[in-house]
Amino acid sequence: MIEFTLNGKAVSSSAEPNTPLLWVIRDELGLKGTKFGCGIAQCGACTIHIAGGATRSCQVPVSAAAGQEISTIEGFDGEHPLQKAWVEAQVPQCGYCQSGQIMQAAALLEGNPNPSDDEIRQGMAGNLCRCMAYKRIHAAIRKVADEGGAA
Amino acid sequence: MSKPAATLPPVSRRNFLAGSLGTSLVMGFGALVPAGCAREEIVKEVANRTFSPNIWFEMGADGATQINIIRAEMGQHVGTALARIVADELGVAWDKVSVKHVDSDPKWGFMVTGGSWSVFQSFTPMSQAGAAGRRILIDAGAALMSVDPADCVAANSVVTAGDQSISYEEIIAEGNIDRVLSEEEVAALPLLPAEQRQFIGKPVKALDIPDKSKGSAVYGLDVELPGMVYARPVIPPTRYGSSVKNVDDTAAKAIKGYQQYVLIEDPGQIVQGWVAVIADSFWSAKQAADAIDVEWEAGPTASVSEADILAKGVELANDKQSGGWLIDDGDVEAARSDAAQTLSASYTTASALHFTLEPQNAVAEFKDGHWHIYGGNQWQSLILPYIAKSLEVAETDITLHQQYLGGGFGRRLFGDQMIPTALVAKALGKPVKMVFTREDDSRFDCIRSPSVQQMDASFDADGQLTGIEHAAAAGWPTKGMAPAFLFDGVNGGKIDSFSISGADHWYTLPAHRVRAINNTLAQDTFLPGWLRAVGPGWTGFAVESFMDEVAAVTGEDPVEFRLARLDAAGKNAGKAPEAVGGATRLARVLQDAAKRADWGRELPDGRGQGVAVCAGQERTMPTWVACVADVSVDRDSGDVTVNRLTYSIDCGTAVDPGGALAQAEGAALWGVSLALHEGTEIENGEVKAKNLDAYTPLRMPDVPELDIEFVDAGEFPTGLGEPPLIVAAPAIANAIYAAVGARVRDLPIRPEAVKAAMS
Repeated sequence: MIEFTLNGKAVSSSAEPNTPLLWVIRDELGLKGTKFGCGIAQCGACTIHIAGGATRSCQVPVSAAAGQEISTIEGFDGEHPLQKAWVEAQVPQCGYCQSGQIMQAAALLEGNPNPSDDEIRQGMAGNLCRCMAYKRIHAAIRKVADEGGAA
Repeated sequence: MSKPAATLPPVSRRNFLAGSLGTSLVMGFGALVPAGCAREEIVKEVANRTFSPNIWFEMGADGATQINIIRAEMGQHVGTALARIVADELGVAWDKVSVKHVDSDPKWGFMVTGGSWSVFQSFTPMSQAGAAGRRILIDAGAALMSVDPADCVAANSVVTAGDQSISYEEIIAEGNIDRVLSEEEVAALPLLPAEQRQFIGKPVKALDIPDKSKGSAVYGLDVELPGMVYARPVIPPTRYGSSVKNVDDTAAKAIKGYQQYVLIEDPGQIVQGWVAVIADSFWSAKQAADAIDVEWEAGPTASVSEADILAKGVELANDKQSGGWLIDDGDVEAARSDAAQTLSASYTTASALHFTLEPQNAVAEFKDGHWHIYGGNQWQSLILPYIAKSLEVAETDITLHQQYLGGGFGRRLFGDQMIPTALVAKALGKPVKMVFTREDDSRFDCIRSPSVQQMDASFDADGQLTGIEHAAAAGWPTKGMAPAFLFDGVNGGKIDSFSISGADHWYTLPAHRVRAINNTLAQDTFLPGWLRAVGPGWTGFAVESFMDEVAAVTGEDPVEFRLARLDAAGKNAGKAPEAVGGATRLARVLQDAAKRADWGRELPDGRGQGVAVCAGQERTMPTWVACVADVSVDRDSGDVTVNRLTYSIDCGTAVDPGGALAQAEGAALWGVSLALHEGTEIENGEVKAKNLDAYTPLRMPDVPELDIEFVDAGEFPTGLGEPPLIVAAPAIANAIYAAVGARVRDLPIRPEAVKAAMS
């Protein structure tokens, strides 16, 4: 049994230790907001926070989560400034990548509350949006940064 | 000539009925209930919700109005746009409106989401449905207020007559509505003039966006059923003709959670030689499928390469007897034999993947004698007969339960992943969730076929253009998936309009012949698919690149050359309502884009402007688009940087302006991606690039400046999800030529090709 904290709650998993955290979160613990896209950590749809850092959960074995503080999109409860900005700027199209985009953007702003436009572009380069809603993703992050509101 | 939008079954304008049901009011078009029939008949019809065909809405006691949507939600916020159309005419308050994406019950009629058709096809019937509902509510409200309905207006869910008013809730609460309006009465209802609309053309927050920002939107991959097992397919080396010789699951048995494998026997032959690995979890199924050893007798195309397919395309394009003629205007043969000068060019596009970010998946269950299949799908009416054939049951024994689509782009027009899922559920007698890995998804993709296009122009002794011949060879999606939609060309040969549309452009030419050719080797090797912008997505590259090449011969400026031929003469005059103005509207957006981009201005060395225009997906549904690309080319490396794209778009009326802009931005960037970043090849009978380590769609750092404006023509709304894609690649290619003199004719445009073409 592997124990860790998920969105502030103690949870445990009985999955095989090599099971990617992505599948434990989605199918064992039932939080479906974190998405499966490529399985090789190159699309960003599965991005979660481990100890506050943005991590591709498809490449993290559940054994590595033991004792860690982990958060997913569900931990943001819809009230995070980025989520509000996402609605305000009407960012999502199909929406499938957006949990990962928001988790990546939150970690970006956590580490750099006032990123330049280019720092946003580079910081988000690992997250594919297949609908290519990049312009609005960038604008929404810009807005939150400018309002100093990611905290 | 028959064209796809026109050949789809029309939405019948049948009787409209409205009936109180408990505390609700249900309204919609109904085929079965005649005008003036008994109340019991109406109530029975309403209670059964057997309205046919596909439009109805329901208002609860609190006035909450649920509008049923047959179209798939895949990022275009289609439910919001369609609900705005109904809501405007119905006079309902927007905060009372919700949408529901319905299942595949036959009562909904023909169900497809693609071709940028949704608003175009739905606008008239949904407007009329809303107007009929308003008529009925006004009449009921007038009776309750004892006033003349002619003195009433309805807006914001309230009927008002002078200083009296009554809300829709109060009207519904009376519970005594039973009306049928005849087809003629519905057709005669006045629709709101554009200036009285509250919603259409006004900003709106899409109804699906909050859930998509919270991670709570449910996609196919999120569906679970009690008692289900997980399956992952083991896909054979060729799409067709592979058979399993031997399976050894010794190594799979070491994977915890592995249950068994299933040899899939498909009576419909959609999947041939497939094995499915069954496990307690997806991860176990994934590992077990990696571990299992399947030996196949491969099908006949196991060694086919992209080069083989392109060579076949060249051979077919150069055979003037091949293919069906889409257009044969004037005398191209005389133009050619009398030519003082000719110009020929050959263009290719490479295999391209859909790469929907949500990999293919489905959940299937046989319960109480009925099949339930869950997933995201764009064309329920297409796949249902295929599933029925594979399961050997009637279509009415199957219900498809629609989920949000994690990307469509045409991939989910064919729901073929549902077939192996259902066959495994049938074999096991329990619910099955089949999940494709990314690599599985790419191997099973119905890719955009590689294409070859041969363009030949003739000029007279004065250097004037006398004719253009255009031959386009590719795998044909419609032949593979929906052959009933092929149509006869002017020479009698069969044509897939989805693989040639766009070649029938709006330029007036002295002579013009277009041949559409099926690349048989492509067709035999893989299932060609409809990829966003479909035929025009690649025919437009040849048409608009070649226009620049011809203009260079005649010595004309690319914008002036185009404007001179967009004269709206003859067949290019257009017709009401959808194409009113014809080519003059294309000329207008071209002038607008050129002006805004400051066309012709001085640029530094290595930088250039290029232009391209298109009229969207079909001549029967033109969306007028012009694009000016501003690019820089590194002369040493051949690297291309797109600095800015300036778009001018006329889609008649943008029902949801913010959503329209989002679609235009996404389509424009798709165009850039397919021009410079995306492409793979067929190798050993299947796609070579299967994941993001080798397939490289555009990322945020590559996004150019986008300057997109809509010309509000106030005309009939046409489609928008695809057209802006079409012009990006030719505008970029033309800009590269302007920048460094390199004419690139192959998509995607690789730096090496740019460098090689510089002279």
